[in-house]
This record gives sequence, structure tokens and C-alpha cells, in this order.
Amino acid sequence: MVSKSGFRNVSIGSTLLWITVFVVVPYLFVLVFSFFQRDPEQIVAAVFTWQNYKDIFSPVFLVVCWNSLILALGTTVITLLVAYPFAFFLGRIPERIRRILLLLMIIPFWTSSLIRTYALIILFKANGIVNGLLLSLKLVDEPLAILYTQTSVFIGLVYTLLPFMILPIYSSIQKLDLRLIEAARDLGATSGHIFLRIVLPLTLPGIIAGSTMVFLPALGLFYIPDLLGGARSMLIGNFIKNQFLTTGNWPLGSAASVILTLIMCLFLYVYFLSSRKARTSGMGEMA
Amino acid sequence: MESLPIVRLQGVTKRFDDVCAVDSLDLDIYQGEFLTLLGPSGCGKTTVLRLIAGLETLSAGEISMNGSRLNGTPPNKRNVNTVFQSYALFPHMTVFENIAFGLRLKQSDKQAIRHQVSEALDLVKLSGLENRRPHQLSGGQQQRVAMARAIVNKPQVLLLDEPLSALDYRLRQEMEIELKRVHRQLGITFVFVTHDQEEAISMSDRIAVMNEGRVEQIGTPIKIYEEPENMFVARFVGEINVFDGHVVNVNNGSAVVDIHGQLFPVQNRKKAGTGDKVRVLLRPEDIQVTRDADKNGGPALSGKVDEVIYKGKTVDLVISLDAGETINVTQFFNEDQEDLVYGEGERVHVDWLYGWEVIL
Amino acid sequence: MKKTLRYLYLACVYLFLYIPILILVIYSFNDSKYSTNWQGFTLSWYTQLIADGPLMEAFVNSLVIAFASSVSATILGTLGAFAFYRYRFPGRKVMYTFIYIVMMSPDIVMGISLLMFFIILGMETGALTLLLAHITFCLPFVVVTVFSRISGFDRNIIDVAKDLGATELQMFRHIMLPMLMPAIIAGWLLSFTLSLDDVVVSFFTTGPYFEILPLKIYSMVRLGIKPEINALSAVMFLLSLITVTVAHLVTKENR
Repeated sequence: MVSKSGFRNVSIGSTLLWITVFVVVPYLFVLVFSFFQRDPEQIVAAVFTWQNYKDIFSPVFLVVCWNSLILALGTTVITLLVAYPFAFFLGRIPERIRRILLLLMIIPFWTSSLIRTYALIILFKANGIVNGLLLSLKLVDEPLAILYTQTSVFIGLVYTLLPFMILPIYSSIQKLDLRLIEAARDLGATSGHIFLRIVLPLTLPGIIAGSTMVFLPALGLFYIPDLLGGARSMLIGNFIKNQFLTTGNWPLGSAASVILTLIMCLFLYVYFLSSRKARTSGMGEMA
Repeated sequence: MESLPIVRLQGVTKRFDDVCAVDSLDLDIYQGEFLTLLGPSGCGKTTVLRLIAGLETLSAGEISMNGSRLNGTPPNKRNVNTVFQSYALFPHMTVFENIAFGLRLKQSDKQAIRHQVSEALDLVKLSGLENRRPHQLSGGQQQRVAMARAIVNKPQVLLLDEPLSALDYRLRQEMEIELKRVHRQLGITFVFVTHDQEEAISMSDRIAVMNEGRVEQIGTPIKIYEEPENMFVARFVGEINVFDGHVVNVNNGSAVVDIHGQLFPVQNRKKAGTGDKVRVLLRPEDIQVTRDADKNGGPALSGKVDEVIYKGKTVDLVISLDAGETINVTQFFNEDQEDLVYGEGERVHVDWLYGWEVIL
Repeated sequence: MKKTLRYLYLACVYLFLYIPILILVIYSFNDSKYSTNWQGFTLSWYTQLIADGPLMEAFVNSLVIAFASSVSATILGTLGAFAFYRYRFPGRKVMYTFIYIVMMSPDIVMGISLLMFFIILGMETGALTLLLAHITFCLPFVVVTVFSRISGFDRNIIDVAKDLGATELQMFRHIMLPMLMPAIIAGWLLSFTLSLDDVVVSFFTTGPYFEILPLKIYSMVRLGIKPEINALSAVMFLLSLITVTVAHLVTKENR
């Protein structure tokens, strides 16, 4: 603060430089390329165009986008419905057991989703466990085709992303002041009222953070539909991947990436708003 | 003491963004004195301390130490050390390592470090706790470690930023005495920051009362308490009653002031002229209360007792005067006077001895 | 009654999360190549795994990249978190926002942006580009982990160190580093797991001559199931389990 020490410059400079070179500049490339024309010989031609964005919103790609959005949205809703009560119940468990349970939730959070997806394949394949179980219980006569269907992609996404919904919601529930609920009950509020008026608004930041962490990967994790859905279902992630590795259409892939990033920014912005609101209203309740 | 100051602040100014925390402040600090910067929170006293320590940069002005300019000298190159309000002990180090930290940076030899640390521990009466960690110590002990850590470096000036404010009342009184003892033993200059006027009065050689980035008055505790130079000092340091009046007569060093029609003789330190509006200030303990107006014969103000607050050593009275003001009076118990205990609603007269008042 | 239902619900979710992994681990010991039925205990898939040259090479590559990138990201990220906390400099807020954006942004966007960046620079994709990419996506996690610990510190600690005569470097080395150590270790371990597990970014930033485990598994799984992969996955899971548990304990212990 006082002296311009060498250490100061090194510590600021190194991070600043790294983020600039490997994040800001590459992201700017994506942004710029999304407005360039495709060029068969040099990949791109530096000519400004809106065409890539028009292409994305053309019927052909809209189908991809629509499917992808439905899948991601469905995943988000299902994980939210499972995670919310889960996080709530988890918060009411005695401290000592809860610590272990929390660790058990953090482990899948950090475990490779590829491996967890692979585990599902073993479960779902025609001669896999699920079918074995169904057959031996005489619930079905012949093996069900689970693998390589939309359903298995759906289950796969929910399975991989569930911890990403649970942890943020859990931490926002932990921050909730239980006295507020007691006070509300004391003032004669019904359980439904308490939930809608107090618990939900105050845990909204957690819900939004969780939704962000589920929805965005659900759009981008191309290997889950690849492995569980065969070639049947395509996500935006697969679409972007193909533009770069198969079709070689960088501008179109860039435009799709920009849109994905914009969706993320929207989520972050909503999160920012809701957490600020939860904080101020929370303080208002306390005062 | 009236030699050259050890630290001199001239026109010292510090702005944070647009807020002026310290406003062209002049202050001389002398060798070996215990100087207190006293003021309400936000008055800039901590900023002054941090400027002397070098933890903030000056916006304008000059700080010199032993006659040489300190501007721009980083804190690690200044011969001053600070004891912080929060103690800020290094949690990962033992008491010994905390205290030895400054010495080790200067790379003295191990034997010497050991010796100096144990000397410092003796001084703060913590010998034997060398291997404890900060979290194993009580608040008072942490405070002593923070002291030892600073004084072991033998600074010329020790800066103390509200070091007692986190302690409870009993401990604080104990530490006040300890601090004075350490100050005497070391003979170095202490600059002490506090918002607690009792603390300031009982410990300091001189007090600088600060307000809004400026020094309002500087002087010995007695001067500050008994002869405040302005309303801020009068009101901030202790309780005070204020009477508005005007001078009707001036005579040598004294004057006669008309307060609500009563003519009070006062010492004219302010050299007010006839007809001037003045304020007469009186500490609650300097006011006399009588049941009977004629007892002292002189001028008196009449009123009635609103509240009686028994405080053990003293009885405090809240009296509303017939002229409208409400005043506070403190009476000390005296074995001979048993009629001190007034009842609420009782009619009384108040006056004071000539010379106990301050006029502004 | 209500309580039992609650526990039941929790148990169901945990079963949902863990059963597939457990079955995977169990099957890695199953003495049968294709059947789902239990044919007896064997370690042969593990021995085959060790004997599989290309697979082991990919495994070693993965470990090397994970180690190198996590160490670099930890050094950079710790310095960065400290700088964000201690110094005021132009672009500080923007950069910190960017770090959050990097952490949240879909892997695929980072993957393709780096791919384009490397190609434009004329860099051959391979070990080096992979390393750079991994450092980049680990960095924010270290910064955020370390920053959240550092912001809990008493700000005066730094002032005290300076006041007692320490230079910036000495203060960082003797005070900040030891106090931050739990967060640094946690950040490092998490980076290590992240790097070891990453598929998407690696997919775009490594070349054909530098194979790493997740991509190898990906391409093998696309072709079908092999019991060796079960064994490999079990090992990978165990690795994540250990690092995450250690990271968790290290941060909890010192709070």
C-alpha cells in the first residue's frame, strides 16, 4: 500500500497476466469469430456478418436448441425437486452424522462425471443390472432398451448433476435464520405461508446458483448424450463440438458459444440480484 | 520536556476519497511523555496513529521524527511500533515466536533474541507462557503479548490504538495501571488513542482532544477537565452544565454575570467585556445544593429535584430550574452531612464557589 | 413417523448416487468378461490394467499433468488471492468477476476458446497446451478457496507484520503463507482432482500424440464395455475419494 514493492507487482501481475492471456483474449476471439464469415480455405474470413446468429435461429438448429433446452430444463427441474427437500432434511440431522453425510455429498460433486456416467452404462445395458433385476422380478418379459434412449440421457444428466444442485441449496438453507421461522409461526403464519413468504425468498440465491450449475453443464456436457444416448440426441454442447471438430465451421460454433455464455451471464446476473435481495430483506426481517 | 519534539506533525492531512479524516493537524510529541489522542469515533485519531506508523500515506503535510522527515518511509523502516486494538497476534505462532518476530527479521543472534524476549515477557508479567498459542490465552494475556511484541523492538515511540477497549471493566482498570508502570519503566514515548475520557484522564501526561480531524485542545488532564477551551472539549470530557448569561460588570480579573436575574461573580479568564453574552460552565460535582436560599447569602438559582440517583460513593440529582433548564449535580457523601439525601419533588437552591466555574 | 420418512428420503438419494459407483467397483472384481452375473472374485482386471502399456502411459500422463497444473495453479492462485485482498489496482474488480465467470462458464466454451487461441498462435496441441489449459481452469478454484480464507483474517495482522519490520515478501512468507496453508492445500487437492477428471477442456486442447486417461476412457467406452475399464474407474474413483476427503478434513480442521 505504501511502497511499490517488487512482490506487489509480481503477485498482481502474474494472475492478471494469466487471466488476460488465457481467458480474456481467447474469449474475445470467440466473440470476434462469431461475427466473421466462414472461409473454406482459411477457416474464417475477416468479414463482418450476422449470418452465424441467423443460422443458429434457423429452423434446423432451433430443433437442436429446443431439444437441448428441454432436456436441460427438465434436468434442472427434476434435480431441484429432488434436491430441495433433500437439502432441507439434511440440515436437520444431528451435527455429527451430518458432517459425514455432507462429505458423502461432496465426493460425487468432485468425482469425474465420465466415470459416473460409465457406471450408469453398466447398470442400463441390455444384459445389465437393471434389466436383470426387472427380469428376475418378472416385471418385464424381455430386456428393456434403456441405454441409447432419451430417457437414459435424462437419467444420466440428473445423476451426474444432482450434487451440483444440492450443495448450493444446502448452504443457503444453512444460512437461513431459524428464528425467522419461529417468529413467523409465533405471528400465526401457516406452514405454507412460511415457506412461500420466508423460506423460499431467502433460499432463492441457492436455488439459482444450483440451477446455474446444473443447467449450463446440462447444455454443454457433450459426452453424456454421446455415451448414453448414442447419436440419437444432440445437445448444444455436441453441436458446438461438431462445428469445431467435424464441420470445421468455427464462426457458427463461436456464435453458439457466445449464446451459451450469454445464458450463463443472465444466470449470474439473476443470482446476483436475488442474493442481494435476500440479504437486504433478511436484514430487514432481523431489525 | 521542553526540548525538541521527538515526533512533529505539521499540517498533516489525510483524505480517503473525498472524506477528510485528518485536516491540517499540527502536533508535537515529546520524548518520554504519555500523550493521549482522545475523541469520538471517526474523529481521525486512529488515522493520525496510522500515519505516524507509516501504515497510511499522507495527503499533505509533513511528519518528522528526531528532526528528519518521515514522509514515504515504509512502516518497516520506522523506529515506532504499534499495539493494535484487536491485538492481531499471529495465530500460527507461539507467544515466544510472536514476540521474537520483529527481532528475527533483523537477524540478531539466537541467544540475544531469547534474552530480549524473556525480558519483554518479564516486563508484561507473562514469563512461563512462552510456548502457548494465542488462542490458549485470555484477553488480558493476549493484550500483554501484543504489548511485549511491540516493545521488544525498543521503539522510540510506542503507538497504542485503543488497546483496552476489548477488555471488561475490571481488567481494563488493572491494565491501565500496568500500562503506566511499563511506561515508567521503559521511559519511551507512548501515544495512546482512546474514546474513553476516564482512561485518558487517569493515564496521560497530556491529552489532545480531537474532533473532525482537528485538535480542539491539548494540555494536561487537569487543564482539559477544569479549563476546557471550547464547548466541544467541555461536553466531550465529562459531564457539564451550561448556563447562558451576560456580563454586567467587569472588575480586574473578575466579572459579574447575570444568569436568570441572579448576579454571580465569576473569574474573568476569557476577558469578557460588559454586555458580552457568555456561557458559564459547571461540572456536576462543583455545584452546591441547599434547601435554604439564605444559607450562603449569595446568588442562587431555585428549582426542584426531579430525580435522585444513588450511586454508592455519590448521589446524583437531576434538578429542573424554575428558569427552565435541567441540570445534573453530583454530591459526595460526607459523614457529617446526613441531610444530603433529597427527596424527589423537593424544592432546592443551587450555587457554586467563586472560581470553580469556566466561562466561554 | 415424519422423521423416519425424512431419513428414508435421504437414504434413497444417497443410494441413487452411490449404487452405480458401488456396482462398478464390485464388477471390477467379477471374474466374467461379459456376464452380469457374479462369477467369483478376481484381481485379473487389475493385473491386466497394469499390463496394458498405452493405458498406463495415459494414466502416467494424466498424473503428470494433474500434478504440474495443480501446483502451478496453486502458486499462481495463492499469489492472486493475496493480491486481490491486499492491493488496490486498476481492473481489480473486473478481474475478480472474470474469475467467477471462468469458474461458472461451461467447460465447452473454455475448451473451444483455448483451442482457437492455440491454433491461431500456431501452437501444436499436446502436453504443453493441455497443461496451460488445465492451469487456467484450476486457477479460479484456488483463488476462490484461498480468498475466502484470507478474507476471514484480521486485517491488522498484515499491518502488525509491517510495523514490526517485515517487507511485503517477508510478511507474505512468514505470516500469510502459514496462515493460509489449509486453504492452499485444499485448493491444490481440488485442482488435482479437477485436472485428473477433466474431459471436456482436455478434449479440445490435447493433441493426438499425448493421451490422457479420461479421454482414453471416453474413447474406449464409446466402443463398448471392458472389465479393465471397471478396474480403472474404480481406481480413479478411489483417487478422487482420497483427495476430496483429505481436502475436506484439512479445511475443517483449521476452522
